[in-house]
Amino acid sequence: MKARIKVTLKNGVLDPQGKAIEHALDQLGFAGIGDVRQGKYFEVTLAEQNPDKARAQLEDACKKLFANTVIENYAIELDA
Amino acid sequence: MKSAVIVYPGINRERDMARALELVTGKKPHMVWHGDSEIPDVDVIAVPGGFSYGDYLRCGAIAAQSRIGADLKKKADKGVRVLAVCNGFQIVTEMQLLPGALLRNAHLKFVCKEVKLEIANNRTAFTNAYKQGQIIRCPVAHHDGNYFADDETVKRLEGENHIVFRYAEGTNPNGSINDIAGIINEKGNVLGMMPHPENLVEPLHGGLDGRGLFESLLETVA
Repeated sequence: MKARIKVTLKNGVLDPQGKAIEHALDQLGFAGIGDVRQGKYFEVTLAEQNPDKARAQLEDACKKLFANTVIENYAIELDA
Repeated sequence: MKSAVIVYPGINRERDMARALELVTGKKPHMVWHGDSEIPDVDVIAVPGGFSYGDYLRCGAIAAQSRIGADLKKKADKGVRVLAVCNGFQIVTEMQLLPGALLRNAHLKFVCKEVKLEIANNRTAFTNAYKQGQIIRCPVAHHDGNYFADDETVKRLEGENHIVFRYAEGTNPNGSINDIAGIINEKGNVLGMMPHPENLVEPLHGGLDGRGLFESLLETVA
């Protein structure tokens, strides 16, 4: 089973990299694109075929490794 | 005083730390590989600086899951002193032995320079050889040293005197909230800091300002 994990910064956490990207966009003339927040995206394959069990396994992995829940949120998308 | 230094792949300050510990305590520390399951019985465990696992995923995130971590956590819970410097600070926050996180420096650049540190709390096992409010010199070298915690956590750190070092005289090199350079846990046995006291302990380093930290430990362990 395949899944995708998105990790994003929580609201209120400073994102200097997002700011730098925003600045570069500005320089390129993309005046209307703002509020850039940089995140991470993972694609994984699971041996588990049961969607509930697969999700539980990924939840655990997100909390332990993929995301630092002090500063980041995560979202899991499982292939149907 | 017996000590140990944990060595992870990609770490590069473990010998600086070992040298500083030996210089002040007169005893060579145990060097403990991250894949080992047990840290020898010591008074102080150092988690040194560097770039464990190439800073992949997040600085310190993968090292935090090392096999040795379980024993490090156990010994920290028992009250063994843990000195976590730079990447070590990132590793112990990822292990949640200390609150908060270290973000990318606000100006996005790697900083390698000397800063001024204020001893914000000298009533700890790591700082009792310094005077309260004393300003010392200390080198920093990092890309992700921007200390962040939510408002409630910062308020608690301030209120309970858990901020041990603060960047002083306008030398905050990374945008850390409230100029936080180093914090201690509730129990007072786990210290995390971004600056490198182990790199200012002998005349050849150009100063001895970092020695006080190791002398403090020696004093309280005896």
